[in-house]
Amino acid sequence: MKKYTDTGKKDTRSGFGDGLTELGKKNKDVVALCADLTGSLKMDEFKDNHPERFFQVGIAEANMIGIAAGMTIGGKIPFTGTFANFSTGRVYDQIRQSVAYSGKNVKICASHAGLTLGEDGATHQILEDIGLMKMLPGMTVINTCDYNQTKAATIAIADYEGPVYLRFGRPKVANFTPADQNFQIGKAVQLQEGNDVTIIATGHLVWEALQAAETLNENGISTDVINIHTIKPLDDEAILKSVKRTGCVVTAEEHNFLGGLGESVARLLSTNHPAPQEFIATQDTFGESGTPEQLMDKYGLNASAIVNAVKKVIARK
Amino acid sequence: MADYKALEDLVVQVRRDILRQVHKVNSGHPGGSLGCTEFFVALYNELMERNENFTMDGIGEDLFFLSNGHISPVFYSVLARAGYFPVEELNTFRLLNSRLQGHPTTHEGLPGVRVASGSLGQGISVSIGAALTKKLNKDKHLVYTLCGDGELQEGQNWEAIMYAAGNNVDNLIVTVDLNGQQIDGATKNVLPLGNLKAKFEAFGWDVMDIEKGNDLKAIIAGMKKAKEKTGNGKPVCVLLHTVMGNGVDFMMHTHDWHGKAPNDQQLETALSQNPVTLGDY
Ligand SMILES: Cc1ncc(C[n+]2csc(CCOP(=O)(O)OP(=O)(O)O)c2C)c(N)n1
Ligand SMILES: [Mg+2]
Repeated sequence: MKKYTDTGKKDTRSGFGDGLTELGKKNKDVVALCADLTGSLKMDEFKDNHPERFFQVGIAEANMIGIAAGMTIGGKIPFTGTFANFSTGRVYDQIRQSVAYSGKNVKICASHAGLTLGEDGATHQILEDIGLMKMLPGMTVINTCDYNQTKAATIAIADYEGPVYLRFGRPKVANFTPADQNFQIGKAVQLQEGNDVTIIATGHLVWEALQAAETLNENGISTDVINIHTIKPLDDEAILKSVKRTGCVVTAEEHNFLGGLGESVARLLSTNHPAPQEFIATQDTFGESGTPEQLMDKYGLNASAIVNAVKKVIARK
Repeated sequence: MADYKALEDLVVQVRRDILRQVHKVNSGHPGGSLGCTEFFVALYNELMERNENFTMDGIGEDLFFLSNGHISPVFYSVLARAGYFPVEELNTFRLLNSRLQGHPTTHEGLPGVRVASGSLGQGISVSIGAALTKKLNKDKHLVYTLCGDGELQEGQNWEAIMYAAGNNVDNLIVTVDLNGQQIDGATKNVLPLGNLKAKFEAFGWDVMDIEKGNDLKAIIAGMKKAKEKTGNGKPVCVLLHTVMGNGVDFMMHTHDWHGKAPNDQQLETALSQNPVTLGDY
């Protein structure tokens, strides 16, 4: 088994902020927009370095998306920043018409996604955003797992032409992917190789999947772990290759089981290589207030829940 | 004539409740809550006509909607102290399995809350709906709404503001918490609201200012005047000039405490400026 070490807990949103800072220095076409959440999105440094390329739009997310779409006309690369809920559900039709359908090069960067937003509660904890965004034709959907990967992804999406939804979170979590990684949109990262089960995880659940795999391997279950940072386009090849070897799969995400990564994987498998699947995801529910750890435990989104799901799915082979 | 001593005591106690709620879970929004404390106390204890028992439909009573849901600590404290639920429940603010969610919600069935808020900009629309239903039901009672000033940057408000005037929703009083602050700084620096009074008037509203938005007497007198303006074909807007963080010297006149809880030391200082009146929960 490969060994992964946490080099020190960091929030993924800081990965975004630091990535944006770096982009600001190397790409003068990058512009940033924010809707009264500059600090939460860690956009302060970009703002201070390039005040002329930073646009505070106020608490007006729909307007922000429209302005971003307009700024692409003439060659700018807008990065919008607000919470995931206000980046998607709040502005869905603005994204659909002005960005996705119009094929605009807007990078919609969304923090505080999922339950780990914590105490603010369900009004802010969107668990439906991956589904909303992946349903839009032409939209790329990325959910990074740690600080390093979020920073790399932020930088990488500037070089990609087309609309992107980049999802990350609020809390400090393990930072374990390489600082110098070459982030490739749509390319899965094989973290562990195993023969008995495939765990496909995205976002904060990737670290949990690695912890689960350690436990499972100690119990003689050889576990394949794939980090799907890009939910759309999905890396069909990597997933099929693994599941053909293992014969079963557990998907893990901080999102509703309707519309999430799990459903994308299920669709892929059912049309190519049917296999038993268990879903680590919220079960068609809203979130609530609590600490991130309490919530991930209550809603079954952690390593021990993954271990149980693996046992269940293996029994169904 | 209102018993101002009793109301003042309640104001101080509500401030303590706000501070203790957010301190305990190290999260939540004290600044806006403190700035609106006098307004809430006056509204629930002097201005609204309320039934004994809470029902969702609120037939035959005035309704209140909190659009800027992040100031839940003041809302919860005033509701509890008005008897909607036990004050001890303030202990559960923002904890797992609590009815006192970070932002108000109907999902957990907390008495006093009629719609979820937290995602900004939706409260005026919902209030218009409830006001229209009151009219359909031939219920003469009023609908009160509070929203933030930064919150008015959301476009949906202006759709609602246009609708209410265009459709003579005159059983509605929208109060704006005009504290001049929002998350990223002073509202005039983030996105200036311009002349709000002129804007509401241009949309066809009856607008008035309460300059001393943290003075119980001024609030009660002003809101009574607002009440008299209802029923005359126009929706009513009250621009309530408040001080964010009012009642705690180091929290006043700044956005720094918009969404930040005091630490132990800061709590002690803040509470010492507001000694117990009715008793802590
Ligand atoms: C739609 C939406 N966008 C952004 C936020 C994040 N947010 C919460 S409070 C706030 C500032 C609100 O300003 P204001 O209404 O003036 O309230 P105050 O800070 O004065 O309490 C923001 C941007 C939100 N809750 N909802
Ligand atoms: Mg304000």
